[in-house]
Amino acid sequence: MTYIKPKFRHPGLKRNKIGFAKSDYEGAISTLCAGCGHDSISGAIIQACYEMAIEPHHLAKLSGIGCSSKTPTYFLGNSHGFNSVHGRMPSIATGANLANRDLIYLGVSGDGDSASIGLGQFCHVLRRNLNMVYIVMNNGCYGLTKGQDSATADPGSVSKEGSNNAFQAIDLVGLSLELGATFVARSFSGDKKQLVPLIKAAMSHPGFAFLDIISPCVTFNNNPGSTKSYDYVREHIAATSRLDFVPEEKEITVSYEEGTSASVRLHDGSLIHLQKLSPHWDPTDRDSAMNHLQKAKSHGEILTGLLYIDPHSGDLHQLLDTVAQPLNTLREKELCPGRAVLEEINAEYR
Amino acid sequence: MKPTNINNPEYFHKVVDCQYACPAHTPVPEYIRLIAAERYTEAYMVNWESNVFPGILGRTCDRPCEPACRRGRIEEEPVAICRLKRVAADNKGEVKSRMPQAPEKKNGKKIALIGGGPASLTVARDLAPLGYEIHLYDDWHKGGGMMRSQIPAFRLPESVLDEEVNYILEMGIHTHFNHYVSSMKEMLEKDYDAIFVGTGAPKGRDLILPGREEGAKNIHIGIEFLANVAFSHVDKIGKKVIILGGGNTAMDCCRTSRRLGGDEVTVVVRSPFEEMKASPWEIEDARAEDIPILNNMPPKEFVVENGRLKGVIFEKVRAEYDENGRRKLVPTGEPDVFIEADDVIIAIGQDNAFPWIERDLGIEFGKWDIPVLDKVSFQSTLPQVFFGGDAAFGPENIITAVAHGHQAAISIDLYCQGKDILDRPSPMTNLIHQKMGIHEWSYDSAVVDDLRYKVPHEVKSITLTNRKIEVELGFDPPTGFKEAQRCLNCDIQTVFTASTCIECDACVDICPTSCITFTENGEEEDLRTRLSAPAENKTQDLYVSEVLPTKRVMVKDEDVCLHCGLCAERCPTSAWDMQKFLYNVTKASKIL
Repeated sequence: MTYIKPKFRHPGLKRNKIGFAKSDYEGAISTLCAGCGHDSISGAIIQACYEMAIEPHHLAKLSGIGCSSKTPTYFLGNSHGFNSVHGRMPSIATGANLANRDLIYLGVSGDGDSASIGLGQFCHVLRRNLNMVYIVMNNGCYGLTKGQDSATADPGSVSKEGSNNAFQAIDLVGLSLELGATFVARSFSGDKKQLVPLIKAAMSHPGFAFLDIISPCVTFNNNPGSTKSYDYVREHIAATSRLDFVPEEKEITVSYEEGTSASVRLHDGSLIHLQKLSPHWDPTDRDSAMNHLQKAKSHGEILTGLLYIDPHSGDLHQLLDTVAQPLNTLREKELCPGRAVLEEINAEYR
Repeated sequence: MKPTNINNPEYFHKVVDCQYACPAHTPVPEYIRLIAAERYTEAYMVNWESNVFPGILGRTCDRPCEPACRRGRIEEEPVAICRLKRVAADNKGEVKSRMPQAPEKKNGKKIALIGGGPASLTVARDLAPLGYEIHLYDDWHKGGGMMRSQIPAFRLPESVLDEEVNYILEMGIHTHFNHYVSSMKEMLEKDYDAIFVGTGAPKGRDLILPGREEGAKNIHIGIEFLANVAFSHVDKIGKKVIILGGGNTAMDCCRTSRRLGGDEVTVVVRSPFEEMKASPWEIEDARAEDIPILNNMPPKEFVVENGRLKGVIFEKVRAEYDENGRRKLVPTGEPDVFIEADDVIIAIGQDNAFPWIERDLGIEFGKWDIPVLDKVSFQSTLPQVFFGGDAAFGPENIITAVAHGHQAAISIDLYCQGKDILDRPSPMTNLIHQKMGIHEWSYDSAVVDDLRYKVPHEVKSITLTNRKIEVELGFDPPTGFKEAQRCLNCDIQTVFTASTCIECDACVDICPTSCITFTENGEEEDLRTRLSAPAENKTQDLYVSEVLPTKRVMVKDEDVCLHCGLCAERCPTSAWDMQKFLYNVTKASKIL
């Protein structure tokens, strides 16, 4: 029995601008089911980090429990990682981020981890606008416990054993728009062309960037009648836009047709360029996003792409007005102003 | 691009680079796996069926397979295919009982083979089991042809040669040794149904320069020198020897000279090193025996004083190339160089020679005095006469001679049966699923990182004392196993079924060498630029599927596929499957 990923890579592949090969962003070989959507998302994360030339030690992966939360083992093997308690990844992420604001935080969760046991944590980390990417690998079922319907399973969706889901679904995208999220997007594991630029844009967003990624469970939820199967999603997908992510130092070389495009400049100078497929939609208008989301839903469509972005987002550190230096690097010298200052302060109250 | 037609046996054949490059198309990965399984006898027989001389070729083959080896495209060195073949030959058990024998009852047809080298012997082996009465003519006292006369014993021991030649001769071949055929006309007058000419390229080229005649006693022609040594007519040479020429014969001549008393042996080539025709490993072996190789020095004159050869004067040149890549050797203006020598060996090439074929028999000769032949059937313009080996299209190598022999045997068989000799038999092909269980395949799918293992050599102080001591010792079985594991099993094909693909991308994500892409179809040139990794090696095909539900196609660049099976491993619907492709050139008689 052998299941080992060979070390050889395509000799024609280039290194990125900080000298890393794409393989430097890979992790251990996946133990998920063959064909799992989650593995594709891992692939998209690897691709995005490679293209953005992220220093692996400059990123922390955080996850909870579930098939989705196992995936950080399968990508970015040279980055920091914390596989936490079920539904409690947001707390760990908040603590880590407060201690060291200099890292990129990549939270990976699933529909069980975020929409059931961790729904409370999810809502709170979102409303605090913690600077992190929050990916939900959404397959509408509990794959790790043999495929029971999860809280994101659509009403009427047929499970593998043949039962119809009787309950309403929690739409995490709708919920995050409602709770004031500053970056909301939906994508599909089977569409890397859309997914990779979305992950890059999310990593550049200063604040909570939420990505709901439909990721079919090939073992328990890829049957006819399921609304989260590869076939169903492909047939019902509707995208808001075609999206390009233009990093800060790059010049825009593509010319876009006027009227059909919109650009959002991020605080670091990067540009998200959207070739809009729907002319009445404005990516920076929350109402427009919610309207479109609802409309698509009532048409039985799955709306994907970047749905909403607040270009003026201020993250938790900004809201708390913390110092620019990471808190975990503050030493006695910075924290203890000394006897003279203390005397001065005390004098004020005399 | 149109969907790839994998029903065409040549598509997957081409993916097995080593086998495709081999003139005889020996199924290389198949026997390498048998070697790894310590099934040396079976490995030997897979070889013997295809290339007839595994023990000989395992030491002396020109190895066209190795530069083609896919392993050489992902790391520096290809698998040591040739030396693995020797492992099979060295460690095999009893093989005679597995070989076909000539039937008692003959089919009434008589065939003459002129020349006892690899081409003729191959024809004999392929036809004898069918009941042909075969007569083999050679002017030496033993069979083997140039394998005996031109390959020194320190590279190919006589015992190995005798063994493999005898497997064939013992199939009831009528041998006419010490018999020089001096007239084709006489042969045609005998009652042979067909005649095969495998007389090689027996004429060594001479170099006519001032002093050639005066120094003749100490100026030798390479292949004649080697033959004289092989048959013990020559057993010593001067202390200072110059070899002119840069091919494999030159390498054999210089190394032989070292063993016959040559202390200062120098090889001088007229052109740059890069253009030397000798195989790199033979150059390496010559250098290891303290033989300097000087380049860019064309000889000008043999210096003879008082009737005795003193040495050779060389000019100094450099190579210049015009825009068509044609080379010109331009004098550098440096003074000429004189190198002392007691003997000079001229090894600058060899030619076909058919002084014994009368030109009024209906056998046409074309350019360079080479017979006019059908490229597929090897039939000459006289229907019952066939050519093969070096005699057919000029000097090549043993494995090419074997390949010619197989095809000529088919032609002769068809000819003798009165059938159309251009109606060639199709190759035998087989494509079989290899999955054994979860993460389990019938082959070692894991790709080892090992670098190529070196074949151990006998100590130089011993080998230089006796020309019959073999230099290479061959891999021992444990090293043979490790080297065998470097094979990527390119014959285990990645077979894609578009109708079952759900486009989950799992194969794209897992593929270590980024071979697989799902994208919109296009023209080949355009597609090659749009893949996960650039497909710049145009000698390697793109495997394109039918259009998938998302209107895309699967495109796989065969170039650096490791055949690790991970795409099939990660495929939830078995749209990817690993299937063993066996391609076997059909022979006149069924051997295995």
